[in-house]
Amino acid sequence: MARNKYSVLLPTYNERENLPFIIWLLVKHFSESGIDYEVIIIDDGSPDGTLQVAEELQRIYGKDKIVLRPRGQKLGLGTAYVHGIKHATGNFIIIMDADMSHHPKFIPELIKKQETENLDIVTGTRYSGDGGVFGWDLKRKCISRVANFITQMLLRPGVSDLTGSFRLYRKEVLQKLIDACVSKGYVFQMEMIVRARQFNYTIGEVPISFVDRVYGESKLGGQEIVDFLKGILYLFATT
Amino acid sequence: MAFPKLFQWLAGIAVFLSVWSALFFRLVPVKLSQPWHDVISVLPLYLLISFACYSLAVVGYRVATFNDCVVASEELKKQVEEAKEDLKRKGYKYANEFS
Repeated sequence: MARNKYSVLLPTYNERENLPFIIWLLVKHFSESGIDYEVIIIDDGSPDGTLQVAEELQRIYGKDKIVLRPRGQKLGLGTAYVHGIKHATGNFIIIMDADMSHHPKFIPELIKKQETENLDIVTGTRYSGDGGVFGWDLKRKCISRVANFITQMLLRPGVSDLTGSFRLYRKEVLQKLIDACVSKGYVFQMEMIVRARQFNYTIGEVPISFVDRVYGESKLGGQEIVDFLKGILYLFATT
Repeated sequence: MAFPKLFQWLAGIAVFLSVWSALFFRLVPVKLSQPWHDVISVLPLYLLISFACYSLAVVGYRVATFNDCVVASEELKKQVEEAKEDLKRKGYKYANEFS
């Protein structure tokens, strides 16, 4: 069997401050564990000049490790993944946030889990084992737990964290799931896992610590909650 | 492909309600003593309240035991400082933006 290669898809929008550090962490943890990788930065025309930062990082770390696939304007997350996959040379895809809330140190754990159980998908979870969050107040924790409880009740997905977006996919599995999913935003992340169950893909979980963004604002407003409820009801009625 | 979860719930609720109403309205020839009939008449409400209590207990417990990843946050801060130094050494040209 050929050696596995892992392509990290990093969609960015105004991540000028975070990008150098997330890239530094990715390079550090990948090279320390001797894993073959590439990072594909998909910048949606950030007005803060994220792309220039990405170009500078590419100069430092090399064109084979840092791949730039910018798009002119802000398009959806789902299409960012489609765009990224097209250029990915790895046979596994890792998706994560660029804001450092997902720490690259967990990537070797995701990979190990996948290898030992020969899984199609491994997802990071904040809700079980040693998983957790930093930077959330009581209100945020309550909302999160209630939302997770409702999701578990209604959808019985067999996975403890549906809204998280730190995941490892087999490339062809991710491609098929993206084609099957219609939701936008982070409901899209839930739909991916629910559809994966529907298609009988095997899914594993690794507990992760989620450190809420250091730079920039974290978003959870009324609109997010409305979108979440709509998404849940849609999946409840259709899957 | 399995039925959507919505149908599964509706089917479950329909089965429960038909059995319950058959007993409650004495539509089936089953002899129920008055104490049993009393239990059945409040059963739906009782189940709802139990479910609500269960939900509150589970959510409450999970909020209380939600891990605060303080160590992870400290580690990240330290690594960001390390990264700043290392990137400067590597000649990263926007290093002057680091706060």
